[in-house]
Amino acid sequence: MAGIDLEVMDGEFFSMLGPSGSGKTTTLRMIAGFELPTAGRILLHGEDVSHRPPFERDVNTVFQDYALFPHMTVGQNVGYGLMIRKVPRQELDLRVGEALDMVRLSGYEQRKPSQLSGGQRQRVALARALVNRPRVLLLDEPLGALDLKLREEMQIELKAIQQEVGITFIYVTHDQEEALTMSDRLAVFNQGRLEQIGAPADVYERPITRFVAGFVGISNLLTGDAARSIIGQEGTFTVRPEKIHLAAPDAPVGEDEITASGRIREVVYVGPDTRYIVLLDAGSELVVTQQNLATSSTDVLAARGNAVRLVWKRQHVLPIKDGSRTEES
Amino acid sequence: MTIGRGTRLALTVAAAAILAFVYLPIALIVVYAFNSGTTPSWPPVGFTLHWFEEAIRNTGLQQAFLTSMAAALAATIIALVLGTLASLAVSRYRFFGRDAISLIVIFPIALPGIVTGMALSSTFSQVGIPLGFLTIIIGHATFCIVLVYNNAIARLRQTSATFEEASADLGADSWTTFRYITFPNLRSALLAGALLAFALSFDEVIVTIFTAGGVKTLPIWIFQSFRLANQVPVVNVAGLFAILLSVIPVYVATRITSSTGVAGSRV
Repeated sequence: MAGIDLEVMDGEFFSMLGPSGSGKTTTLRMIAGFELPTAGRILLHGEDVSHRPPFERDVNTVFQDYALFPHMTVGQNVGYGLMIRKVPRQELDLRVGEALDMVRLSGYEQRKPSQLSGGQRQRVALARALVNRPRVLLLDEPLGALDLKLREEMQIELKAIQQEVGITFIYVTHDQEEALTMSDRLAVFNQGRLEQIGAPADVYERPITRFVAGFVGISNLLTGDAARSIIGQEGTFTVRPEKIHLAAPDAPVGEDEITASGRIREVVYVGPDTRYIVLLDAGSELVVTQQNLATSSTDVLAARGNAVRLVWKRQHVLPIKDGSRTEES
Repeated sequence: MTIGRGTRLALTVAAAAILAFVYLPIALIVVYAFNSGTTPSWPPVGFTLHWFEEAIRNTGLQQAFLTSMAAALAATIIALVLGTLASLAVSRYRFFGRDAISLIVIFPIALPGIVTGMALSSTFSQVGIPLGFLTIIIGHATFCIVLVYNNAIARLRQTSATFEEASADLGADSWTTFRYITFPNLRSALLAGALLAFALSFDEVIVTIFTAGGVKTLPIWIFQSFRLANQVPVVNVAGLFAILLSVIPVYVATRITSSTGVAGSRV
């Protein structure tokens, strides 16, 4: 971990995105207090909590494996933090009930965690953390163990709950789509370094490093000779696959457009759209995504091997830095 | 692998012979405890509870029995406290010499009792602690710790440390976390370890000989009375006590650990 400088706004849904081993979970564990930073500070609402133990920090965590206490009921699990704080019995029961309501598990107080499904356990873990009304809620890949359908449902629900309670969420994930759909802002981590911070659209549309371009979305890079002949400049450039149009080899090209000719090497049909992998005459490869508005799978698959012209607007070409951000500065 | 009929027969006979060799002498002690004859001879003359009466009235035996009970209890309590603390330290914290500690704690059970006894005895006399009840307890505690430690650490390895992190995250300090999370999860393993420790301490002879001074535990009383011909029937009864107080705790401990194996997966 090196030079992580992060500021999370009050009430924000903030994601930390990166591959495993990139330092996102370690950062989260430092905020929670399970790990101590060797250097640097962690401030919570202006207060230095760097060396406080986890039980003296006003943050709560939803763990990846949920960590529900197996010998306690759902009600006891959710009420654990309140019991520790010696909240009176009546208020405790009331708040546990409210928290379970919020995650749509009313009446589950007496169940044991072993009697719940994965999705339900996830909700209990969320209720157990939120019932304490922390300043910040930390979520460590909370949807990682759920199947795709349930995960998509929970993404929407989590976001709704976050807006309802207004608590700052810091969300760790390796799923770029999850980070893009849920976050107000996100930070991309790689090898213990912070690559880029910004709103989802910023990070997706304007990746500033090669890593971000590849990790958040499909990496469409033009370097060296290809960059020189197509863009007319030295450097590394990226263009998002949905910004590129497939056109006939002799199609006209506008003033503000960039073009490259090539041949379709591979066609990947993915239902709503199709991915074309195009080998450029200039020696590089670009991925082009086209919506299947009027085409069928047989049409698109027949395009394999065809000569094509790729056209995209000049404004969609982005110069990116090679290597990592911190190495250069 | 298939075994021929002859081989199978030979193996069965050998196994039966070995089991008989191990268990018949023990069965004989039980039988003679109820035998109305004054000398152990086959076949038993008749059934009597007279020797039990005599054993209960025998003040030397009474004293030895109580000493053994008290020493085993005390050694078990020491083992519980130290064994639990050591297992928590080794399984939940990283520190210099962690792997060495694990080995050091387990070592006394592998060490020959006679060496432990010698070493303790000479240490006690050099430090100036008079041999007696206290030194028996200390001697027994050295190897009783292992049983508690091993049971506790096996359980702690099975359960994720995230439970303790979750508890701390929800505002519980270390002691509160131990009370509500770690201990309930550890309870049955500690009980099993304690029962085994008790059984081991109750019938221990070698270390006891070196550390007892003049104090007699039940095994030492049996050892000394065994040679007196007129005491033999009472010794058989004492032997029966010793068997029961060792076998029952071990049996219960095995049941606890095997049933929590299932309970552990229910978690």
